[in-house]
Order: sequence, then C-alpha cells, then structure tokens
Amino acid sequence: MSQSNANDLTWYRIGPVSDIPPLGSRVVQHQGVRIAIFRAHGDAIFAVRDQCPHKEGPLSQGIVHGQRVTCPLHGWVIELASGEAVKPDVGCTPRYPTRVDDEGVISLGVPALPPELTPADDVVHDLADDA
Amino acid sequence: MTRSVPSTPETKPRLVLIGNGMAGMRTLEELLKLAPDMYEITVFGDEPYGNYNRIMLSPMLSGEQTLPEIMLNDEDWYAERDITLRKGERVERIDRLRREVLTQDGDRLPYDRVLIATGSRPFIPPIPGADQDGVLGFRTVADVETMVEASDGDDRRAVVIGGGLLGLEAAAGLAAHGMHVTVLHRNGHIMDQQLDTAAGRMLERTLCERGIDVRVNANTRRIEGDGRVTGVELDDGERLPADLVVMATGIRPNIDVAEASKLYCERGIVVDDTLLTYDPKIYAVGECAQHRGDTYGLVAPLFEQAKVCANHLAHYGIAKYGGSMVSTKLKVTGVDVYSAGKIAAGDDETEEEMVFADAARGVYKKLVLRDDRVEGAVLYGDTLDGSWYFQLMREGTNISDMREHLLFGQAHVGDSGHGATARIASLPDDAEICGCNGVCKGDIVRAINENKIFTLDEVRAHTKASASCGSCTGMVEDLMASTLGGDYSAAPSKKPVCECTDHSHDEVREAIYRQELHDIPAVFAALDWRTDNGCAKCRPALNYYLLCAWPDTYQDDPQSRFINERVHANIQKDGTYSVIPRIWGGVTTPNQLKSIAEVAERFEVPTVKITGGQRIDLLGVQKEQLPAMWKDLNDAGFVSGHAYGKSLRTVKTCVGREWCRFGTQDSTGLGIQLEKITWGSWMPHKFKIAVSGCPRNCAEATIKDFGVVCVDSGYELHVGGNGGMKVRPTEFLCKVDTEAEVIDFTTAFIQLYREEARYLERTAPWIERVGLSYVKRRLLEDPSGRETLSERFANSQRFAQRDPWADQVAAEDDHEYEPMMVLS
Repeated sequence: MSQSNANDLTWYRIGPVSDIPPLGSRVVQHQGVRIAIFRAHGDAIFAVRDQCPHKEGPLSQGIVHGQRVTCPLHGWVIELASGEAVKPDVGCTPRYPTRVDDEGVISLGVPALPPELTPADDVVHDLADDA
Repeated sequence: MTRSVPSTPETKPRLVLIGNGMAGMRTLEELLKLAPDMYEITVFGDEPYGNYNRIMLSPMLSGEQTLPEIMLNDEDWYAERDITLRKGERVERIDRLRREVLTQDGDRLPYDRVLIATGSRPFIPPIPGADQDGVLGFRTVADVETMVEASDGDDRRAVVIGGGLLGLEAAAGLAAHGMHVTVLHRNGHIMDQQLDTAAGRMLERTLCERGIDVRVNANTRRIEGDGRVTGVELDDGERLPADLVVMATGIRPNIDVAEASKLYCERGIVVDDTLLTYDPKIYAVGECAQHRGDTYGLVAPLFEQAKVCANHLAHYGIAKYGGSMVSTKLKVTGVDVYSAGKIAAGDDETEEEMVFADAARGVYKKLVLRDDRVEGAVLYGDTLDGSWYFQLMREGTNISDMREHLLFGQAHVGDSGHGATARIASLPDDAEICGCNGVCKGDIVRAINENKIFTLDEVRAHTKASASCGSCTGMVEDLMASTLGGDYSAAPSKKPVCECTDHSHDEVREAIYRQELHDIPAVFAALDWRTDNGCAKCRPALNYYLLCAWPDTYQDDPQSRFINERVHANIQKDGTYSVIPRIWGGVTTPNQLKSIAEVAERFEVPTVKITGGQRIDLLGVQKEQLPAMWKDLNDAGFVSGHAYGKSLRTVKTCVGREWCRFGTQDSTGLGIQLEKITWGSWMPHKFKIAVSGCPRNCAEATIKDFGVVCVDSGYELHVGGNGGMKVRPTEFLCKVDTEAEVIDFTTAFIQLYREEARYLERTAPWIERVGLSYVKRRLLEDPSGRETLSERFANSQRFAQRDPWADQVAAEDDHEYEPMMVLS
C-alpha cells in the first residue's frame, strides 16, 4: 500500500497526538486487525501492524526508542518507518501511512473496503467527531 | 584522485590509509559508524585484493575455507562508500613537510590525516639458503597458495621452522594436505611462549599421533638446494629432505614506510593512548604500532585500538587505549590448547601455581596466582573455562572464596547449568549448544565464518546462541575461541551498558550520585549518550538506578519500563497477561480463595495455576480487562504480587512450629513479616526469599536470593542462591538469635544488593563477582554500616510500598489499557 496512491486507502481521523504518551504507543482496531500507532522520538507518528514478524508479539507493548520499537517477547527491534526488523534479524511487519494535521490530529490510512463498498475518493471518516 | 588543492571548508579533509589489512579497515569501519561523511578516504594496499580475514589463513590452508569466504571487504564495499582503493600499490614514504603520500610509482597524494596500518611481516632468520624458491612465511594468501601448490603430489615433504602458534597451524594444515611434516623448534618444548613444559609435551604427543614429527632443541644450520629448496641441515649434521620450508620464526612490525618518513619508531611505530604517532597528523594502529612498549599480533587488541583511533579521527576525542591482555588458542581441529597471561610462577615467592593433571583423560590445567588473583592460565584438553579464567584475570577478581573449586571450572563455582561438555572441539556439528534457541555447534561455526564475526555479542545477534538465558555462554565463547584462535575478541572487561554509550553500569551509577543526576535526560546529557532516547537496554537500567538513588523524589518513567512492570502483569506468548495477587507467606483463607475463584469465573480466566512460589496465577487475561480485575481483587483485600517485576517476588514458607512436628521456629509468621516489610521494593533483578522451619528445609530456602533456615537455637541466614537456569546453592552468611536480627540482615542485604549490583544481575552472579567475604565485611564486620543500609531500605520503602494495582485503578487515564479507537 502506498500513500501516493490514495485511491487504495481510506483515511480515518483517530485522535490527537497527545492521546499517545511520548515514546509510547496505542492500538487502533480495524476489521479485527490491531494497528499500533507509535509516537516516536520528536513526536514522529508511525503505524504498523501490531504483530512482530518473529513470533507475532504485540509491538505496541514494546519500549520505543528513537524511531524504533523493541518487541516485548524476544527483543527484536523493528524500524518503525519501514516495518523492517533491524539486522541481523530478518522480517517485516506491514506499515500504514499516517498524517498529522495542523491541529495535531492523526489520520490513519488503511486499505479500502472491497470495491463495491468503497466510499468516494474524498471521503474522510471522521470518527473522532462522531464519538 | 591526485588533486593537490588544499582542503577548504568546501572540500572534505582527506584521510589516507596505508595498509589494507584488518586493523586499518576495522578503524575505517568504526570511523564510518561515527562520522560517515567526514573524510574523503583513500586506501593503499600492496596485496591485489580487498581486505581479507587473516585469521582464516589456517582454515584456508587446511581447505576448510576459500578466498571469497574469507574476504571481509570486497571491492564493491569500497565503491559503495566512495572510498578509493589503490590495491597493489605500495607507498614509499610520507612527505610530512608537504603533507603528501608518495607511492613507489612516484605519484603524490595530499592528505590531512594519515593512518598507518602496515601490519607485520615474517621474521626470516639469517639462515644460509633461506632466499631460495620454496622457502616462505605464513602470512598472506599468496603464501597459502604456494603451500597448497607444493603439497600437490605423492610423498611430498615439508619442514616448518618454528613450533609456535603459527608454525603448528601451518604444520597441521600441510599435514591435512597429505604432506610429511617435520616441525623444528629451537627451544625445549613447542609453543614455549604460551605453554609450560607439561602442556607442551602433551601437545607434542598429540601432534605425533597425527603424524607430525616434532623435533625440539633443533637448530637449523642451512637450507639446502640449488635455487629451489631440497632439504634442511641441522646443527648436529642431520639432513631432512624437503620440498617446502615454512619459516614461522616470529613476526616483526612492518615499519618501512614510517622509518622512511622519519617517524619515531622503536620496535614498532611509537603511539600514545590515542594511537597518535609523534606526528600530530599521523595515526598508527595494529601490528605495526608500539603502545606503552608492547606490540600486538592478535586481532582482539587491534580491534580495541581501531575503536579508539576512530573516535579521535572523528574528533570525538574521548576514547583512550590502555593496552590489552591477550589470550591464545591453537586453531588446530580437535586439539584444545588455551593460554593467557603468565605460564609459570616467577621465582618471586608472591606467585604460586595451581595444577590439575589427568593424564588418562589428557587434561591439564595450570593457573598462576598472585595475591589471590589470576595472573595466567594454561589449559590442555579441557579449555571450556579459558574465557572464565581470562575474565577473572582481566577483572582482577579476588579468588580466595573459590580456591577450593577454582581448577574444576566455573561449573563448580555455582554454575551447574549445562553438563560438562569440556571438549568442545570434538563435538559433532549437530551437537546442541544453546538449548533455549536450539542452536547447534555447526550453526555457530558457520555464522562466525560466513559473517566474519569476532565477538560474543555478534554471535548472539546472528545465531541467538546464548542470547536468552545465557547459561551456555561459556561454551559459545570456547567455540568462538577454537574457531577464531587467539583472534577471538573476548568481551571487554569494562562492558558498556549498551550500544548507546561507552560507559559501564558502574560508571553510570557513580555519575548519578556524584553529579546528582535526577532524570534520564540528565544522564543522557551528562554522559554524552549517542542516541536521542536510549534503547530498550539502557532506559530500564537508568530508570532503576535513578529510582534507587533518589527514592523520595524520582519520578518513575513508565515508558522506560518493560511492559510487565508498566502494566503490573506478566505478558504471555499470545499477548495476554497473567495476574498473581499477593498471598502473604503463602498462607491464605477459604474466603480469599473464594474471592480469587469468583474473580477467575467473572473474567472467564482460561487457566488457574499454583506457582512455584506458593501463589495463584490467573493466566490468559486480556489487557483491557486488567484494571477491572484489579479493582475486584483490591476490593477483596489483595494487592499486586509483583510476580512480573525486577522486585521482591515472594517469601516462600513451610508450616513451621505451628503444625510441623519437626518445626523449630515460627517460619510462616516470620515469612509473612518479611514479606510485609520487603514487598514493593524494586531491585536490579527479581528477588526471592524463603523461610524453612527446620534444616529439612521444605521451603527450599537454600536456593533463594535470601534464605532463612530455622534451627532450634536460632536462624541460619543464607544468601545468593538460585534455582533457575544456573542452580546455585546459597552461601552461609551467619547465624542469628532473634527474628529482629533476621529482619535487620534481610533488609541490609537487600539494600546492599539494590545499591551495588548491576541492573539485571541476580544475587548469585553478583556475589560471585564481589565475593562473599565482601558481603560479610559489609554486613557482619560493620554493624553500624549494616544499620544504615537497613535505614536506607526502610526510607525507600516509604515511597515504594504502594499497591500499583490500586494506583492504576484510581488513575483516570486509561490510555494504557483501552484501544485508541475501534474502526468499522
């Protein structure tokens, strides 16, 4: 999935950066998939599947340092920007694009629904306001 | 690249490396890690290849490795980093006045910094006839190729002059190619620099059994031949026919370029503790450098030098090289020989020797001691403990407490983890070394060879061997030593906390006290941390050190705690948690059991389990359920059991005098008291206590961190036990008369451990490191010191004894437990 090809993605506003503790993470559930949203060094926001490529450990529970997270189960280190495990370990967890707007609200891009259910291109689901 | 423009701010400074070997290239690699774009770099190497692993020449000779396999940096490596490699070009001298490097072909290359790493060359003694074809050293790929060619054919003969490390490896390699090999050694036994006579003789016998003829006290008179070698004549007139003569009579620093440039040299190029020569623009590392009077020929010290030199080239200017201690291991398949430091006690009476000899098993061990410290080790046949003795030697550990068992190895000083797999070299490739991660000997050897790795940390990163519980570390180190020989880089005695810093745990702790550092950013700033916010190794350690140093003011950082301590439960393999309420002393009531049963039913807990520490474990709890569950447990009168923390875990008890017909004291009551006093305290690692009511010891107190064994006349106190991966019985601390004294000693011991052990160091390895005598000195011989320790513990407990479950339930902020959002 790529951010440039916006047609494949649905964007959701998921809440302000301040909802996540600095060097912390929280989970967004999407159709049964847990997506870990990270607030890394310098308030950089990343999103990856909450599943370590090694043994599916919940990355959202790991210690965040720089722009990486250390998995709580066996200590693999995952590069948040790419989802890749830091060498010499090999593996990759899917990542999701994020944006932060001027008010500091995070939007998360997830793969769109099957074609027949796809909302219009410019639709943004603003669940933060709905709630 | 022969620009002669001077360096200006727009152009990068130019660094010229003379010598394309391991020391110089390691320095470049370290430099690129620190300052990737700082210099425009040119490398001169007179061999026609990239940089290869010289250590692997022996395996290459014996046919176990090929040239591509031993390349460290191939030509692409240089190209990818914009480094100009001028291979096959020899540097003539450095024009220091004009700051230009002159090549043999008359080319001139301006520089801002030069690094000389010209290594060493074989020393060829002035034996008549040594200049003929077929006489060579054992130093380069070309030598190996010549040797392999010479071995081709039937009934070929080789003479190796010099029975040192290199000579014997050459002999073994040539013998593997089917040559008849004779080793001539000038002195009374082979490897006399590293081995004493006894071990030398054992090695000679083993080599003879493998068909290598060893002659000691053998001097070569001349090498015969007519331009091509035909044989060797000894002093006593004996003649040995030979198609090949290998000179392994030592190496000399190669200082030609330095001397031609009029740099100050003695045996080697003289450098200071920053690896700088007498010219402030010129550094030297490796075998060509002479530091504090010593030159080194093994890889481990060279790598230490490389790290320091790179630090200065990158203008960090903080590293210092203080010399190295070296150990050697013979790289001959199936032969276990290890040596470090002194090989014999001097005439001086302050030195002594400890010797173990078992001829039938072919095992010989000797330690040289001075003032209860290891000064040297010679091991033959069983080298498993080489790295341990080397560590004791480098750390200057006082061994008076372990004299009785020292020669039997680390396994007998508490560590009975893995059985005695002493002969690592003879194990088959599929022998499992690391039981946690299922790593076999072959996997480790392959990783070392294929990935060109030299340190334990690298082996752990690549194979995971010894990376989990660590109990096979000794075997992995031994395996590294037998694969890499003397070039294995033992972990430095001063171990940095993690890759974010060069400071050790002890240095960080001291800085926290001395510079009054009160939070993690302050530690990062004061100690020049290399990363913005540390890593998963250093942050939990710093959080603990700060908490221990400033119990009343430090603001705990939850993001620097491992998840278990952040959510006060134990993460399981599926991401659920286990919850263990505290049950004081393991004594409970029907009502309490009912409450736990009700909670378990209400939250549909899949598994309920009695733990080894006499508590009840509720397994498979979803993270979102935790606060509600805690609230219910709190309401029923329970607090957190801290079964997840680096903290006081449980106090295990037996029923004692109240019920047991053998009980001598109220062990349950004492256990409950101890648990009420010590619960909630954070420690360097988990901490377990037990109280047994009589010497039958049903609470297993003698494998706990602190064990109390009641006897009729009082209480025996035992410390430093461990029932985990390394079963270690406690050591007896003292006997006291009253419960009050038990409490005093318990709290003082805990505080001493809290203040002085390194993070993640359990009491057992801590006591092995500092010695029981030290603990006794602090607790027994210094009653007022003991009292202050107890007071400091009590003070810290004033702030620590809060139930984290109640705190989390009371906190409004639920961000830790609730998902941020649930989409569609």
